[in-house]
Amino acid sequence: MSGFPALFYKELLRFWKVAVQTVVAPVVTALLYLLIFSHVLEAHVEVYPGVSYTSFLVPGLVMMSMLQNAFSNSSSSLIQSKMQGNIVFVLLPPLSYLEFFLAYLGAAVIRGLVVGLGVWAVTLWFAPWQMPHLGWLLAYALLACAIMGAVGIVAGIWAEKYDQLAAFQNFLILPLTFLSGVFYSIHSLPPFWQAVSHANPVFYLIDGFRHAFVGQSDTDPWLGLLVAGACFVAISALTLALLKSGYKLRH
Amino acid sequence: MSQATPAIHVSGLRKRFHTVQALGGVSLDIQQGEFFGLLGPNGAGKTTLISILAGLIRADSGEAAILGHDVVRDYRQTRRALGVVPQELVYDPFFNVRETLRIQSGYFGLRHNDGWIDEIMHHLDLTQHADKGTQSLSGGMKRRLLVAQALVHKPPVIVLDEPTAGVDVDLRRSLWEFISRLNREGHTILLTTHYLEEAEALCSRIAMLKSGRIVACDTTRNLLQLTNEHCAQLRLDAEAVPANWRTRLLRDADGCWRFNFGNYVELESLLADLRGAGISVREMRLQEPDLEDVFTDIMKRT
Repeated sequence: MSGFPALFYKELLRFWKVAVQTVVAPVVTALLYLLIFSHVLEAHVEVYPGVSYTSFLVPGLVMMSMLQNAFSNSSSSLIQSKMQGNIVFVLLPPLSYLEFFLAYLGAAVIRGLVVGLGVWAVTLWFAPWQMPHLGWLLAYALLACAIMGAVGIVAGIWAEKYDQLAAFQNFLILPLTFLSGVFYSIHSLPPFWQAVSHANPVFYLIDGFRHAFVGQSDTDPWLGLLVAGACFVAISALTLALLKSGYKLRH
Repeated sequence: MSQATPAIHVSGLRKRFHTVQALGGVSLDIQQGEFFGLLGPNGAGKTTLISILAGLIRADSGEAAILGHDVVRDYRQTRRALGVVPQELVYDPFFNVRETLRIQSGYFGLRHNDGWIDEIMHHLDLTQHADKGTQSLSGGMKRRLLVAQALVHKPPVIVLDEPTAGVDVDLRRSLWEFISRLNREGHTILLTTHYLEEAEALCSRIAMLKSGRIVACDTTRNLLQLTNEHCAQLRLDAEAVPANWRTRLLRDADGCWRFNFGNYVELESLLADLRGAGISVREMRLQEPDLEDVFTDIMKRT
């Protein structure tokens, strides 16, 4: 029997045991963003015709929370295990690098989805209910969480100290997620920054995910899906190559 | 599996970390059912060797096999066959004792392992701590949990890397009773320790490692005979000893004479000369060489 279910279960149990920090806190943070931005901008900004600013903002916030939490789950689990030294518990058993990858990735996706659902649930009080397009919603949610879960595995393996991981998070993940059209449409940006935004894969994730809710987007959702799919394949290939080589795990 | 397949086989094993050579060509066979000791000063390469067997470190060259399976190529078989108690006192603070052991069983693909988990917890005195978070365990309890984790999959080969460092006498005794029992039941044990009296009492065969090389490897009995430094402490009824023995006898602060000798014939001729000089022996104590003497001697010589 494979050791994968146990590692997957352990990763789920790990974040679930501290759900206040890993699920409730990000939901509250997203709620604060919503309260502040929708209060300030609701009356002044209409990004797409017929779509209120709050309705525009909610999908962006849900996606941003999913991205950040999927990343957080795999990266913090790995860095903690490495710092504590208990990473040996998963290195000693006969787990393959593929099982290792799938377990950490799967738990990151679940954490992202749980947080995303939580954020969506609390925002229902603020924006009128609209049935989203489930196909787009699921495709983008799953791909986004999977990409960030894999990026988190790479970051967790690469970082040797907490501050290195914090740097990764603060100087890469946070800017990428904030500057990707969560709070605005990139069409409101000067041409140069529009072009820059198109080079940010997170932009496509947020844009496509929003399309599932409001039916309008800055780019074609099929193009976004292609970009996201390519990103996932690339980051997975990198992660698997690192795990197979034993990079920073098996010296 | 034939009886002749060694539990652990390494040959020509080399590993270098940057400029430091951790292992400089180590070859060693440990037979099934042995209780084998690996001794050596800090930095000798003991943990590197164990880590290569466990797949935590990859050797630069050479072979390492567990029960005939290569540790890199057939890692699934070798990791299933190996139970490693790491030297560092590590634990996962998210889980309690029972969860830790269930999860660890799961990593080996064992789903319904509670019977065996209960048994190891019982033998390691962990039963009453089953529902405690690992963070709240004392150092000794954490050490027991590490031993339990290494045994969840009933590995035929058990590797203990300094398992009794910083552990109290009671735990040390109960741990050795349990490990000896496992050895009697057929498990192969590889032990590294700094407590030489433990190695002397438990191990049937011992290898000594220094700067990444094996400098001695033999049965414990043969190793003990390597050093024939016996020592006799004598209390005499005279203040001086015969002139021909003056250089060989050293006077202690408390008035005893120490006589180091390699052969009992020497002791006999000393006693004869003392008798001839009219000096009588009031008290005599003999010290046999122990593993520590052998160890110190070998480390000095090589």
